[in-house]
Amino acid sequence: MVNAADPNAIRAVRAIIARAKRWDLFFSLLGILSLMVGVLTFCVLFLDMAIQGVPRLDLDFFTSFPSRRAANAGILSAWVGTVLVMAVTALAAVPLGVAAGVYLEEYAPKNWITDIIEINISNLAGIPSIVYGLLALGLFVYYFGFGQSILSAGLTLALLILPVIIVATREAIRAIPQSIHEGSYACGATTWQTVRDHILPYSSAGILTGVIIGMARAIGETAPIITIGALTFIAFLPTAPFSGEPPAGLFDWIFAPFTVMPIQMFNWTSRPEAAFTVNAAAAGFVLVFMTLAMNGLAIYVRYRLRKNIKW
Amino acid sequence: MQIPTGYEAGVEGAVLKADVRELDFYYGAFHALKRVSMPIHDHMVTSLIGPSGCGKSTLLRCFNRMHDLYPGNRYAGGGIVLYPDNTNLLDPGVDPIEVRMRISMVFQKPNPFPKSIYENVAYSLRVRGMRNKNELDDRVESALKGAALWNEVSNRLKELGANLSGGQQQRLCIARALASDPEIILFDEPTSALDPIATASIEELIIELKEKVTILIVTHNMQQAARISDFTAYMYLGEMVEFGVTDQLFIKPQKKATEDYITGRFG
Repeated sequence: MVNAADPNAIRAVRAIIARAKRWDLFFSLLGILSLMVGVLTFCVLFLDMAIQGVPRLDLDFFTSFPSRRAANAGILSAWVGTVLVMAVTALAAVPLGVAAGVYLEEYAPKNWITDIIEINISNLAGIPSIVYGLLALGLFVYYFGFGQSILSAGLTLALLILPVIIVATREAIRAIPQSIHEGSYACGATTWQTVRDHILPYSSAGILTGVIIGMARAIGETAPIITIGALTFIAFLPTAPFSGEPPAGLFDWIFAPFTVMPIQMFNWTSRPEAAFTVNAAAAGFVLVFMTLAMNGLAIYVRYRLRKNIKW
Repeated sequence: MQIPTGYEAGVEGAVLKADVRELDFYYGAFHALKRVSMPIHDHMVTSLIGPSGCGKSTLLRCFNRMHDLYPGNRYAGGGIVLYPDNTNLLDPGVDPIEVRMRISMVFQKPNPFPKSIYENVAYSLRVRGMRNKNELDDRVESALKGAALWNEVSNRLKELGANLSGGQQQRLCIARALASDPEIILFDEPTSALDPIATASIEELIIELKEKVTILIVTHNMQQAARISDFTAYMYLGEMVEFGVTDQLFIKPQKKATEDYITGRFG
């Protein structure tokens, strides 16, 4: 035993602590460095794009269709297309993904079939998006006959982000304490009552995070959208509800051809004129801004939802 | 399921509410309860004591079929008969939800839902399909009064249950268990997460509650069992060692093993 009152012993202990703390310092510096690599790279890219593109942004840029002349070209069809495709993606992926996640956590019997399904879902998240594009080309575009439409694109991206939403839903459900779960059943609730009254409300913040991560991935996807045949030059908007050929309906737009932001950008960057590169940078800035706005909204909603959840 | 005859340990004047008969239970391959038998008397407090892992919580959780929630758990023989209707709670033909509607439970750690105080208590009524606002209000109030919480929360029913202190949270959970007018309330070490003052108030409440309901409580605090229960059962390694009137069991245990445990020589 070291006698704590002995000054030499105290000095020795201090030396040991100082030596041990050097590793703390080393690892925190290493951590900051790794973080900086990621954050600074993004900042430089984003700033470069902003410096090039922001002067190009004006109202006309948002309200003009693409044009052969760079100065007249705009992103109207692209941003409308992106918003509509994202809407279809969310409407398809969220109910399917949440339902699948809830089923796997709350209903599925624990056997080898469930295990295989679980492993498959994790693997689906790693499949290259172009493969989803090929699947969608065969399935949605030709087999179901949806054509090269907003519907096909939305469903394709929905498939792509489905695993993300399923995994996020399951994680969010697992974060609910077992005691809350048992408390509900002990009151005499059925599984559905437990899901409706407890599981879904308490996991909604976590599910929302997964949905946003998925949507942020989907908004920037290009490959599968090109595969199913999005056009790179579109000088018209999808038909507004009830305005098309009779019998016009609310959802005529889902069968319209379309383009999306990343495709518009890709198209412009492949042009030889420098002015189009500026257009691409401006569009890129808008796309990043749309993603950040979506994330910001998600953070706010999540904060609101979590405020009332305490275990 | 073939039910063997009951454990003949009734006390004169006491009415049987439930009867555990030669119950066997397995967690997977682990034999957790071995031919356990004991009576539960109506409007009495019965406590289960024994060292950790003796099967007392396992036995308690058989009463509301909590084990059904997890795969691999198996009731392997015997049963728990609920009187006066002679229903075997463990019969595969008896719906566990029906069992939980008759027998409610209070957990070790207070587990209020992240909802308002009102909604916490109302929940056990809502799952029974009660929609009428006035009726709900009345039942929530009387349950909160029954749990000795009404005076502290009557003007803040809309606040989150989690904002209450630990002892208040546990009384909220008791109110939730009480609201549906159950026949038995199960308590699984209800005071082990609470300070001594909160513990005392819960103990007092449990003694009051037996006017309304039959109580089965697991505790690893022997003094608590001695203070609040009318009957005590001592379990060890999944077996029922001794069951008796609390005073007799603590003063003059029939078995050497019980004596060793309650005198602190073991466990």
